[in-house]
Amino acid sequence: MGTLKDHRSSIEEQHTKKMERSRIVVGLGTCGIAAGGNKVMAAIRGEVESRGLDVDVDFTSCIGMCYAEPVVEMSLPGAASVVYGGVYPENVAKLIEGHLVNKIPVTDMAEIQVVGAGVPYEGIPVMEKSTYYEKQIRSVTSRLGRTNPERIEDYIATGGYAGIEKALTMEPQEIINEVKISGLRGRGGGGFPTGTKWQFVSDAVGDKKYIVCNADEGDPGAFMDRSILEGDPHAIMEGMMIAGYAIGADEGIIYCRAEYPLAISRLNLAIEKAEAMGILGNNILGSEFNFKIRIKAGAGAFVCGEETALLNSIEGYRGTPRVRPPFPAHKGLWQKPTCLNNVESFANIPFIVRNGGAWYASMGTEKSKGSKVFCLTGNINNTGLAEVPMGITLREIVYDIAGGILEGRKFKAVQSGGPSGGCLPADQLDLPIDYDSLIGAGAMMGSGGLVVMDETTCMVDMARFFLNFTQLESCGKCTPCREGTKRMLEILERICEGLGGPNDIETLERLAKVIKSSALCALGQTAPNPVLTTLRYFRDEYEAHINDKRCPAGLCAELLTFTVNDRCVGCGVCIKACPVNAISGEKKAVHVIDPEACIKCGACVPKCKFDAIVKA
Amino acid sequence: MSTVTLTINSQEVTVPKGSTVLDAAVGAGFFIPTFCHDPIYAGYGGCRICIVDIKGARNLPASCVTAAADGMIVETESAPVVEARKTIIELMLANHPVDCMTCEKCGDCRLQDYAFRYGVESAGFGGERKDYEFDTTNPYINRNMNKCILCGKCVRTCKGAEDRAVIDFTFRGFDTKVAPALDSSLAESACVSCSRCVSVCPVGALTDKPLGGKARAWEVVKEEVTCTWCDAGCLFDLVRKNGEVIGVAAKAPAGGRPLCLKGRLGLELRYNDKPLKPMLKKDDQYVEVSWTEALGLDEILEKLN
Repeated sequence: MGTLKDHRSSIEEQHTKKMERSRIVVGLGTCGIAAGGNKVMAAIRGEVESRGLDVDVDFTSCIGMCYAEPVVEMSLPGAASVVYGGVYPENVAKLIEGHLVNKIPVTDMAEIQVVGAGVPYEGIPVMEKSTYYEKQIRSVTSRLGRTNPERIEDYIATGGYAGIEKALTMEPQEIINEVKISGLRGRGGGGFPTGTKWQFVSDAVGDKKYIVCNADEGDPGAFMDRSILEGDPHAIMEGMMIAGYAIGADEGIIYCRAEYPLAISRLNLAIEKAEAMGILGNNILGSEFNFKIRIKAGAGAFVCGEETALLNSIEGYRGTPRVRPPFPAHKGLWQKPTCLNNVESFANIPFIVRNGGAWYASMGTEKSKGSKVFCLTGNINNTGLAEVPMGITLREIVYDIAGGILEGRKFKAVQSGGPSGGCLPADQLDLPIDYDSLIGAGAMMGSGGLVVMDETTCMVDMARFFLNFTQLESCGKCTPCREGTKRMLEILERICEGLGGPNDIETLERLAKVIKSSALCALGQTAPNPVLTTLRYFRDEYEAHINDKRCPAGLCAELLTFTVNDRCVGCGVCIKACPVNAISGEKKAVHVIDPEACIKCGACVPKCKFDAIVKA
Repeated sequence: MSTVTLTINSQEVTVPKGSTVLDAAVGAGFFIPTFCHDPIYAGYGGCRICIVDIKGARNLPASCVTAAADGMIVETESAPVVEARKTIIELMLANHPVDCMTCEKCGDCRLQDYAFRYGVESAGFGGERKDYEFDTTNPYINRNMNKCILCGKCVRTCKGAEDRAVIDFTFRGFDTKVAPALDSSLAESACVSCSRCVSVCPVGALTDKPLGGKARAWEVVKEEVTCTWCDAGCLFDLVRKNGEVIGVAAKAPAGGRPLCLKGRLGLELRYNDKPLKPMLKKDDQYVEVSWTEALGLDEILEKLN
């Protein structure tokens, strides 16, 4: 078989030809599909066929604008391509008619335009200058929403597998040195320097070594790894191959959570195609280097994202953490030296090898280099995936990229790092985001989930939510996590129900301290963080719940009372809205809510046109 | 042999390389409590009661799984260590029946001893507790999983016997429970009643059923005997009260297929003047059998007669 070089020029030529045709591309990541992307795709195919249009219909992965899904991109030869948001089957005909038949973009549905070599349209924000993307960089996410992840040709035509080609001409140690120069730190949350880890595995003595990719993303509100798995599976595989060549491994395993079926199917397809082209397998690209990759689906335990529990799970044991040391770099999978990195870390590797470590290190801050992908969720206008340079401030992410808080409400806090992280209040908004500053503020980078909360969020309830999660996901091996998080959760539940006692805060702090210092693995050691940070920044809310039996955010149902004030005109609308007949009153007289009967559902409040029902 | 020298509670201690901090400290005469540590099946590190303060460490490492290193400065009873140990004991007690008055293990129970040592009177936390059925289906072993602290010693010990691994952890998190396959009773499981699990249980979760109600821990004197039923040479304890043998308890296995029920029953018959009624499993049911059948002597006796 020929080398990749022989293929590359013809693949690139075909790709260029493809891009020059009229195209419709539907975003079919899990987010797009969940928003109805498949139905939109069917409607588009139907419309194109019935009109007999000479248009290519293709699909891509998530471009990052989850808030705009389902997303459809349309382009005409020689012109910029326009990304439309909120496309449903009913407006497909209008878009095709306008953009492809009349050649006039439907500007009121256009989110952005990707100009490239084409001529831009007026009145549509250019991607790089748009609200959502202006402060972003597109490096590790550059193919997301731009290529068809199921076509290896799209990957190769956009520079794919040039990294392994280059790596195979280098000495393994040179590659490790480049990764060290890049300053890349583990993107799974720990932030351990990737190059140093590779050096450990390279130096470890063993007749067999493994590369393991941790694709067991599980933080609530985190989906960056899923987006990369679904959108650029070859990049992860290429990163693993380069790691294998650098440290002397010939086998890689991707441990992917079973809840990501689309990611698994696209990975399987990617492996199959790469093997068929001689990019994966024996004598890769005509070299002496052999590397194979297989997928291991997880079984649903969050703790298997912890590296030693993950290894146990691959080996077929119960997913519980092992004690460290020995670290996986020395005794990992089947007790062999194992290089275990996260999806985003591996996906960065081909770019680092192709462009050099110094290029990567030119982005970011002194101790946190490069870019980081974040998932923006919560009470914000633009939820989605954003790749930003390290060092950007929370304010820029929340207000510029994410477009600020929903319905103009007041920002309260952002939870960074999922259940292992912490929340940061408004006075930390100008904190530059990097590994060390977040830890200093009591939170952590984690895998990159940012959950934004506004004034309607109760911080005690938020801490309760995350403790409930970690408690449910505790593996049960060590006492502090198994028993301690349970008691913390019970105390938080009590406080939210208005049954908090005067010693509860002290007990929470003691338990948090002991669990942090004595739990076996990172899941347990970080489980108290949401409680500790809310206590640090929002202690007054805890005190209000305990001492005044009041929930300042008006969320904890047991602490709420609904009353009618004198603005009531006695229209009776609220009486009809109440599902439990707790409201009574004569017509044109002020109504009354029976506190005993009221279930505090709040159904009456939005029905009242006179703001006469007070929740407090 | 190469050695390492570390400082424990201001005392210099030199131990062979590869020793744990726990070995080093205990060897030097310091006390460190342990629940899950078993020198035969070391390296589990789950109960966390043996945490110590090591200068420069990010948190409080478990001494049973931390290798002693040159220059290490260890404190075994610093304020944070004591606070953490107290809290861990309190957490265990919060999910453990405090019925020490009638517990078979009273006086020989690590949870009780450590609660006494660290002055943990009772659990300050209310909340949910384990509520499992008391498994008394096996005629030799009582399993009260409400008392289990999930140290896993029984699991590792059972797995250590060839062809066994009858029990393992099931469920997860707070609901974790040691159980036979499919969470069945011990009688329904493949358990051969060797009782090695009983011999390692640090609390009252696993107890010898035949000894139930016969004596308090401080009333008995144990005498080690070597079983002579086969050439393995397992160790058992003759349990005496007022000089009289009231039962035989499994102690430590030897090589081969050790600590078998037949051996223990044989010793029972030999030493106990009021031996228990031997029970064997037939068609998945325990039934009372004759001593000759229990000890496999029927054929021999027939020939002798």
